[in-house]
Amino acid sequence: MKLNRRAFLGSATAAAASTAPMVRAAGHGKPRVVVVGGGAGGATAARYIAKDSKGEIDVTLIEPTRHYYTCFFSNLYLGGFRTLESIGHSYGTLAIEYGINVVHDWATGVDRDAKTVALAGGGRVPYDKLILSPGIDFVDGAVPGWDQSKQHIMPHAYKAGSQTELLRAQVMAMPEGGTFVMVAPPNPFRCPPGPYERISMVAHVLKETNPTAKIIVADPKAKFSKQTLFENGWTKYYSGMIERIGPDFGGGNVSVNTDEMTVDIDGEIVKADVCNVIPAQKAGRIAELAGVTDGNWAPINPSDMSSKADPDIYVLGDAALQGDMPKSGFAANSQAKVCANAVRGALTDSRVFPAKFANTCWSLITTNDGIKVGAAYEPTEEKIASVDSFVSQVGEDEATREATYQESLGWYDGITSDMFG
Amino acid sequence: MWRSAFTILALAVCIVQAANAQALGDPDKGEKLFAQCKGCHQVGQGAKDRVGPHLNFLFGRRAGAHEGYRYSKDLARAGANGLEWHADTLDIYIENPKNLVSGTRMSFRGMKDPEDRADLLAYLRKFSDNPANIPEADPTATGTDHDVDPEILAIVGDPEYGEYLSSECTTCHQADGGDSGIPSITLWPEEDFVIAMYAYKTKRRNHPVMQMIAGRLSDEEIAALAAYFGALEP
Ligand SMILES: Cc1cc2nc3c(=O)[nH]c(=O)nc-3n(C[C@H](O)[C@H](O)[C@H](O)COP(=O)(O)OP(=O)(O)OC[C@H]3O[C@@H](n4cnc5c(N)ncnc54)[C@H](O)[C@@H]3O)c2cc1C
Ligand code: HEC
Ligand code: HEC
Repeated sequence: MKLNRRAFLGSATAAAASTAPMVRAAGHGKPRVVVVGGGAGGATAARYIAKDSKGEIDVTLIEPTRHYYTCFFSNLYLGGFRTLESIGHSYGTLAIEYGINVVHDWATGVDRDAKTVALAGGGRVPYDKLILSPGIDFVDGAVPGWDQSKQHIMPHAYKAGSQTELLRAQVMAMPEGGTFVMVAPPNPFRCPPGPYERISMVAHVLKETNPTAKIIVADPKAKFSKQTLFENGWTKYYSGMIERIGPDFGGGNVSVNTDEMTVDIDGEIVKADVCNVIPAQKAGRIAELAGVTDGNWAPINPSDMSSKADPDIYVLGDAALQGDMPKSGFAANSQAKVCANAVRGALTDSRVFPAKFANTCWSLITTNDGIKVGAAYEPTEEKIASVDSFVSQVGEDEATREATYQESLGWYDGITSDMFG
Repeated sequence: MWRSAFTILALAVCIVQAANAQALGDPDKGEKLFAQCKGCHQVGQGAKDRVGPHLNFLFGRRAGAHEGYRYSKDLARAGANGLEWHADTLDIYIENPKNLVSGTRMSFRGMKDPEDRADLLAYLRKFSDNPANIPEADPTATGTDHDVDPEILAIVGDPEYGEYLSSECTTCHQADGGDSGIPSITLWPEEDFVIAMYAYKTKRRNHPVMQMIAGRLSDEEIAALAAYFGALEP
């Protein structure tokens, strides 16, 4: 069933690809929406606008990659619970069934006066409304000794795909009793529980293949999401394997040496067999090029996700400075639907409904031991504010934890079909 | 006829929109009110324990549990018995400390004005975990809550509004009726759908995600969703 669908999507992409470069020229009557970034925020926004406007709005999606590998569940791939193929998605259905003009290219600039987006391959795409959902980039110089040119030695695996594959291969090739080091990022960053779910998954693999191996986490943060739940799990399943060095012990004072494969944690040199560097983050560069950022992120208006700098530009997902929502795929998807409704209302006479946002993040600690945290959000004048929340409890029974994991599988199918059709 | 129906709908939408979340209070005003606490408490970067404990990371913390500070027996006991600091418990404590913990050592006569207390709490909230980084952190605003109406089953749902609201659900419940890990909710009789949603809303059905989601939906919204999903052909 899964395989057939995938094979079909594969061939559909090929068809979409051959028509994609035909960016339509200005001068026809329909309002035009351009979406930059085909991830959790962008793909959802493009699909909802195309679906709900029923052909009244012309939607162009600009995304360089032909296969989007979800960061969500990429840790489960590291842990051996998923294949890489199972977290890859293509844009065939969006192009063919929803009539979205999918352009596989990089957006390299935005001319806000002319209202056009420049493409790396040449040409400009005109817009009436522009939606930016470019995800994250890394802050230059955040971890001394590391820059993007070193990512094949010390992978970040914080954008999924070949980076995740490399990290998994490195973990599998670790010598017996070797050391895995993670350099964890400072706040705010994409997926607050992400690094700690990753630690759980790496520990899960090592416990099976290399039980004397060690894991060291250098962390600049005093606290992290679902900390007690994770730490209880680590004690229960991976006793003695994981050591986390917080800021009190210099976990925030870290540099790396990719030639020597060493990590300097507050003056102490650690020899690493695998080193996963997750640097400090900022909005995807195109947001800055469009001039909608203030510092590292792009401020938005909470009621519709429009940029505070330009009413015809909207910023979604990780790149947005919005208030209390964590940078998650669930949140980006939720924001995209509010934005899609507002953009449609602005361009056609469709009804605009009040904004409502939600988030839930699941994490897996070991086989069938899933935990979750979630909240509901509403717009206030100055930000998207959290108004209610829940979190898994310490000491829940096994059945609850297994049900939580099962839910996450259902959610994965739900959100990916919500994004890609 | 058509026009007037439209006006009513538009009006309804405006009303819902006005009911957006409320910030706890005004943190800038709260900063001035903190002058009343400053003699005994510090907050912010580098804050230390003085006569009273520092007030960083207060929200979500167990009462009387900040390490290294010597509390009164009563406050420590209240904490051990489960008292936690959230917007509601702090509000009672600041209004009159002895009303909440009779033997507390905090000799502060209390802050009578509810708006002042809300402003002060909004200020203090800034020094606790931010939900953007730690999603399980305490809420930063109070949401719009709705009362249960006895005649809810009679409400005729607006399927177009239901379609918009449904986009929150389809992140988990697949629109095509698939049910891997999460049950299908399409093509249910409207009444059963409403009953199930109320069971979560009133916490008779036990599931934290659905309790939160249903708890935030008004009667009209539940009816709208029932109408939309009830007719959703895959
Ligand atoms: C290890 C890990 C685990 C995670 N687990 C979860 C989880 O369990 N649940 C959850 O909800 N979230 C999770 N997340 C977070 C989630 O992946 C992100 O928050 C989400 O993808 C953000 O969506 P987005 O649309 O902002 O960006 P993205 O999904 O990253 O999409 C951005 C897209 O924009 C494209 N792009 C960038 N620049 C340009 C340009 N100039 N021109 C054209 N295209 C461009 C990129 O190629 C990319 O496809 C996890 C993240 C990580 C790293
Ligand atoms: C005269 C000194 C004094 C003043 C003024 C004062 N407090 Fe306190 N506060 C204390 C002391 C002492 C304690 C410890 C109480 C105990 O152990 O019973 C305390 C405890 C607290 C606690 C509980 C902390 C914990 O860790 O459980 C909170 C919250 C608090 N104060 C808030 C305030 C606020 C807000 C104000 C200003 C409106 C204020 N206090 C004014 C002395 C003071
Ligand atoms: C974060 C994921 C998630 C979201 C979002 C979500 N649900 Fe659910 N829902 C669940 C889960 C998990 C269950 C099973 C709960 C249980 O075991 O009681 C459920 C159960 C239900 C049920 C009862 C199903 C049954 O078989 O008894 C209904 C009805 C329902 N949801 C409606 C909705 C509606 C309407 C929305 C949107 C407003 C929504 N849900 C959003 C996860 C979700």
